[in-house]
Amino acid sequence: MNGAEQRILSVRELTAACEDLLRHGGRMQMAYGWFPQEGAPPELCYLASPAQGRFVLWRCRLQAGDEVPSLARISPLLGWYEREIHELCGVSFASHPEPHPLVLHEGAQAVLPPLDTRRAPQQALQFQPEPWRLPEVAGKDVQLLPFGPVRADVVESAQFVFVYIGEAILHFHPRLFFKHRGMEQRFRGLSPMLGTVLAERVSGVGSVAHGLAFCQALEAAAKCAVPPRARWLRVLLAEMERLYNHFHYLGHLCHTTTLKVGEAEGKWLEERVKQLNARLTGSRFLSGLLCPGGLRRDLDPAGLSDALEALRHEFAEYIERLERTNSHVDRLMTTGVLSRQAAFDQGATGPVERASGLDRDLRRDHPYAAYADLPLMVAVRDAGDAHARMQVRASEIDASFALIQRLLLLLPDGPVRADCRPLAKSEGLGWSESPRGSLYYAIHVDEHGRLERVKIKSPSFSNWRAFPLTVHDSNMMDYAINEASFGLTIAGCDR
Amino acid sequence: MPLWTFFGLARGKATTNWPRGDGDNGQAGGLGMPRYHPERCKADCDDCVGACLPGAIRLRPQGQGGPRLELDYGRCVACRLCTEVCADGALTPSADWAFGVRSREDLRWTEAVGSAPAQRLKGAIHAAFGRSLHVRHVDAGSCNGCESELQALNNPFYNLHRLGVFFTPSPRFSDLLLVTGPVTYTMREPLLETYRAMPEPRWIMAVGTCAVSGGVAGGGYACAHGLDGILPADVYLPGCPPNPAALIEALLMLLQRAPQRVKGGRLVD
Repeated sequence: MNGAEQRILSVRELTAACEDLLRHGGRMQMAYGWFPQEGAPPELCYLASPAQGRFVLWRCRLQAGDEVPSLARISPLLGWYEREIHELCGVSFASHPEPHPLVLHEGAQAVLPPLDTRRAPQQALQFQPEPWRLPEVAGKDVQLLPFGPVRADVVESAQFVFVYIGEAILHFHPRLFFKHRGMEQRFRGLSPMLGTVLAERVSGVGSVAHGLAFCQALEAAAKCAVPPRARWLRVLLAEMERLYNHFHYLGHLCHTTTLKVGEAEGKWLEERVKQLNARLTGSRFLSGLLCPGGLRRDLDPAGLSDALEALRHEFAEYIERLERTNSHVDRLMTTGVLSRQAAFDQGATGPVERASGLDRDLRRDHPYAAYADLPLMVAVRDAGDAHARMQVRASEIDASFALIQRLLLLLPDGPVRADCRPLAKSEGLGWSESPRGSLYYAIHVDEHGRLERVKIKSPSFSNWRAFPLTVHDSNMMDYAINEASFGLTIAGCDR
Repeated sequence: MPLWTFFGLARGKATTNWPRGDGDNGQAGGLGMPRYHPERCKADCDDCVGACLPGAIRLRPQGQGGPRLELDYGRCVACRLCTEVCADGALTPSADWAFGVRSREDLRWTEAVGSAPAQRLKGAIHAAFGRSLHVRHVDAGSCNGCESELQALNNPFYNLHRLGVFFTPSPRFSDLLLVTGPVTYTMREPLLETYRAMPEPRWIMAVGTCAVSGGVAGGGYACAHGLDGILPADVYLPGCPPNPAALIEALLMLLQRAPQRVKGGRLVD
């Protein structure tokens, strides 16, 4: 696969390879399955990130009758990926530590697994809702609170079950994937350009990050060079996306601590970035610009520098006032602590892992677009609590402002689009650091140059897995604050 | 806290006057649905049809009268690819976003504007609610873009409360069911349950192209085609996502406080 080294493994070698990777400081990034040959068993792909150097894609072509070992006991973050592969590709993993339905809900039936290429693309799942099996918790005064999937306020759908006594949460069980739209399957058969339109709509508030990772994967497959101006403007789009997302995050965090004016100011900052986005690109979500090979049209960032400088001043005052507001900060400190070890093992990513002391950022570690040519400050905190997560995002806003100003000064002239056609049967890996963390697209192109299999690894899929660890043994009053401090989306996770 | 109040007051009012007077609707520069100019459309080309992911543009079957293309704005995700591939300028980018309509038919492009009478709302909503409306939102599998814009309605700029529209946690207190997303197989039942829990009279609004027709996610193994065949909508608002001003116009249109601006697939005012 272009964009990553490749290593062919047999099922028997998987366990040793995973242990070896972890022993040398590496980390698994994602896993997925696909059907390279109709009717034959699928191929498993594992993306590994060694401590040094490029990504490595482990490929394991299954034979009929193979017993596939679960790697989730060695690398816990793989637990969800293996469950997803089980449900979408029909592969069973031997002695899986958490053998419960994940992506497809109880009662969903498919004669052929959804990603099997023999299945008609429009064929709907059979669904008869079945009761959900919960861990049994019994004891004096123990209460059960199921919450959702339709919840208060304008929020995304998911169900949360709390097992609690009084204020104390004994156990927290999120049930996600109510919003599973089968997006990966919707890419099948599309041209690269239409695939970009779809990728921009996987997670609305991550349009740029998704579109960018998708385009870069295709460009890797096509071995196409993107013109410099397009690469620089892509950074501009990605950082504008980070700004409005992080402002929203700060305002929403104030909402959960009932700091009303702070909420209004954060969301007013967000609104103004969105209005700037519309003036710059025609879209408040910066969509409709990315395409394989560069950008669909050139941008004129006149006036943007001054507008952002004014926002930066306001933001500086805003964050200073937030940090001086004890009623706000007290609710954040020591709330929802995610240890460094848990963050690493469970695959936490983005500001969440950086707030737990893990210094990782794809923009710096595996630079793409024009990030290698621009100064980037990566913020890291060690406390692992809600306050640290807020501070990391606040620092990232500062870094984005600095980055954009520098970019606007040095923006090169020239064309913004190169011809980009993936060759038949080519493959590519693309990635981007979205406002929520690492995002990967792995793309397999068919013999006609159309999309055959697209795997999306979204940051919220990773962070939702780590989040419940910070809820067990906490208290009800802190839950909403803790959830907001993770800055999760459900659309990205469920896909 | 007093500090926040002080600085808040010192900053002055951020809220727009729009839709009253000459207020700013906040959508400067934003692009919306493409415009169709059938007289420029060449007879031997179907580039736009192939460039439309959700199938909003189709060739009219031969033998039927009328323009060559069938356009359904209820399926359009405003990606603007059709305007880029059209060499003749038959489809052009525009800033048209106020696409809330009462009848699904009004989202299909027709030559004769206004020939179909506007659908009457069931019940007199104005008499029932006067100037106030309580909304229960259900996310039936959206990409979170619509939620982001719905949340923006309560930011200081749009400040939806000033117009007497409120989001309510319980369906028991709500007048309007506002649905986003293509309706996934798992959200279908919670959506219907929410509707059943609402007191009458009650209204339904499909927000975003996904809820109107399924959009880019509709079909496949996990999704329906929006509310189509599941619940009857009283107002359809396509857009990907519809911007906050479009949401406000559609809400006011439901309350009969603003006119419907789109008929036969185009703005008529």
